[in-house]
Amino acid sequence: MSIDKVVNSAPRAIEVLGGDLTESSLKRYLNGIPGVDAVGLEARAADLGTRSIKTTSKAWALDTIISLIDLTTLEGADTPGKVRSLVAKGLTPDAGDPSCPRVAAVCVYGDMVPYAVEALGAFHGDGIEGGINVAAVATAFPSGRASLAVKLADTADAVAAGADEIDMVIDRGAFLSGRYGLVFDEIVAVKEACRRADGTFAHLKVILETGELNTYDNVRRASWLAILAGADFIKTSTGKVAPAATLPVTVLMLEVVRDWYRLTGEKIGVKPAGGIRTSKDAIKYAVAIAETAGEEWLQPQLFRFGASSLLNDVLLQRQKLATGHYSGADYVTID
Amino acid sequence: MSRLAVLKTYKLYIGGKFPRSESGRVYEIVGSSGEFLANAALASRKDARDAVVAARGAVSGWSKATGYNRGQVLYRIAELLEGRRAQFVDEIVAVEGVNSAVAAAQVDAAIDRWIWYAGWADKYVQVAGNANAVSGPFFNISVPEPTGVVAIIAPQDSSLLGLVSAIAPALVSGNAVVVVASERFALSAISLAEVLATSDVPGGVVNVLTGSPAEIAPWLASHADVNALDLLGAGELDWVDLQIAAAETLKRVLPPEGGSSAAAAAPSLERITAFTETKTVWHTKSLI
Repeated sequence: MSIDKVVNSAPRAIEVLGGDLTESSLKRYLNGIPGVDAVGLEARAADLGTRSIKTTSKAWALDTIISLIDLTTLEGADTPGKVRSLVAKGLTPDAGDPSCPRVAAVCVYGDMVPYAVEALGAFHGDGIEGGINVAAVATAFPSGRASLAVKLADTADAVAAGADEIDMVIDRGAFLSGRYGLVFDEIVAVKEACRRADGTFAHLKVILETGELNTYDNVRRASWLAILAGADFIKTSTGKVAPAATLPVTVLMLEVVRDWYRLTGEKIGVKPAGGIRTSKDAIKYAVAIAETAGEEWLQPQLFRFGASSLLNDVLLQRQKLATGHYSGADYVTID
Repeated sequence: MSRLAVLKTYKLYIGGKFPRSESGRVYEIVGSSGEFLANAALASRKDARDAVVAARGAVSGWSKATGYNRGQVLYRIAELLEGRRAQFVDEIVAVEGVNSAVAAAQVDAAIDRWIWYAGWADKYVQVAGNANAVSGPFFNISVPEPTGVVAIIAPQDSSLLGLVSAIAPALVSGNAVVVVASERFALSAISLAEVLATSDVPGGVVNVLTGSPAEIAPWLASHADVNALDLLGAGELDWVDLQIAAAETLKRVLPPEGGSSAAAAAPSLERITAFTETKTVWHTKSLI
């Protein structure tokens, strides 16, 4: 039995698990987390989805949702031009309505970061009011099948190019075969690779790819693992695997984040990504956030929607509220 | 031994499926002497919105089908109508209170009209299109193309013939249709929906809403994703307001024609071309 010494530069894990952090102690801790009541979780999520959000509440929810969106393009066919138009859309989602809020971030592949940064210009902001962050997927996204050296180089490259946020994928193969230490080490190492030249860190979002984790118990364990290893955000999916984000999984991750907050007083972010296409769905998530983690999570520092087509649907709903009649796809930009 | 009556509650026809009204409402369809015939779904504005979404999704497939293919598909519907002739006659007798000869005449006229329009599917372009003479070495060709999603208020005073007169011409060119059926005479529209569901018409090409035209029409008239509005059966409504609402989003509008709408909407090529847009293409002739 191999008892690997786990990388020790994970302050959260040391605080919670104690000083001598080993693979087996990590495993013992994660396996000791109680299982998930799947039926209860799904019933809870379904119940949260039945709230009726209308008129002024709906208007507020739609604006909040826009300000929480990581506007995403992650295609093999991405070009600098596509990224520039994505940035333009993020800055001015609805050209007919200047009161429309901006999105939180644009999310692109690592090699597109310089173009996103350039296109944003003065609007590029890490936490600055009105600014838009640049998020980059890294670590051999979406599969994560590359050596650690390649993953770290991928990450450091994106950070050096100006990415404010790194979306990394965990090694699902290692996680599913129980090698939690390996997954943990990788997250810690990637976190370190997020360090900028001036000593600050790019925000690290850890993608669990819940569609490949099979059970809610695994999702809960992986969430704890990612948080212990230093994640600033836990994210459901790459969007490349079905099922992507679902409401029950997101509620479960929000519960982990809430528990972590109660345990340590530290707030971790959550990002469902993939499959959220309609305002109606997004409003269900907003209700779930407020009811599970708390309303203070409804801000870009603590919650994001990873989405591309969602924004257009929210804009159509916004136009409906503003004009009183139904809008159509001709009145929003084609992505 | 007497049988227990089988009471029917019909549903809407949206996107090739038969959903209940989102609102959960129904209304009673009564016969000519006031007796209960069936419940029909009372469509809400959200049903209209869903129908427009379904229609929009169906436009590209239906409009890209060849005219020949559309003609075949529409003709097949006429075949199915013919097979269900007795059912349509019975329903018209029940709701309109006419005798079976009059009802049969209406069904026959509707089927004939449907076939007449089906025949135009691969011919109207030849008649409505043109090779324009221009003063230069160019081919200049104008062709009609379907306008997109057409919302139709079906004639309120006719069960089947009015409905067919309204939807068939819009379908010929490749439009997708959201039709608000006659409120009182909705049975034929519901049966037609059942015919369409078992035909080769792709889901979403025809969407049938039953309910109050006065309630639904304003939402369709103002809907930005509807390209054209046929007010054939809106004579009793405040249709000038509907026209104004439609103008806000630049729709083509066919106003009511006055008189008995089924008779007024006599088969004509104009009803087909009313819901088309003309595309003109310039192409160089080869150098001489």
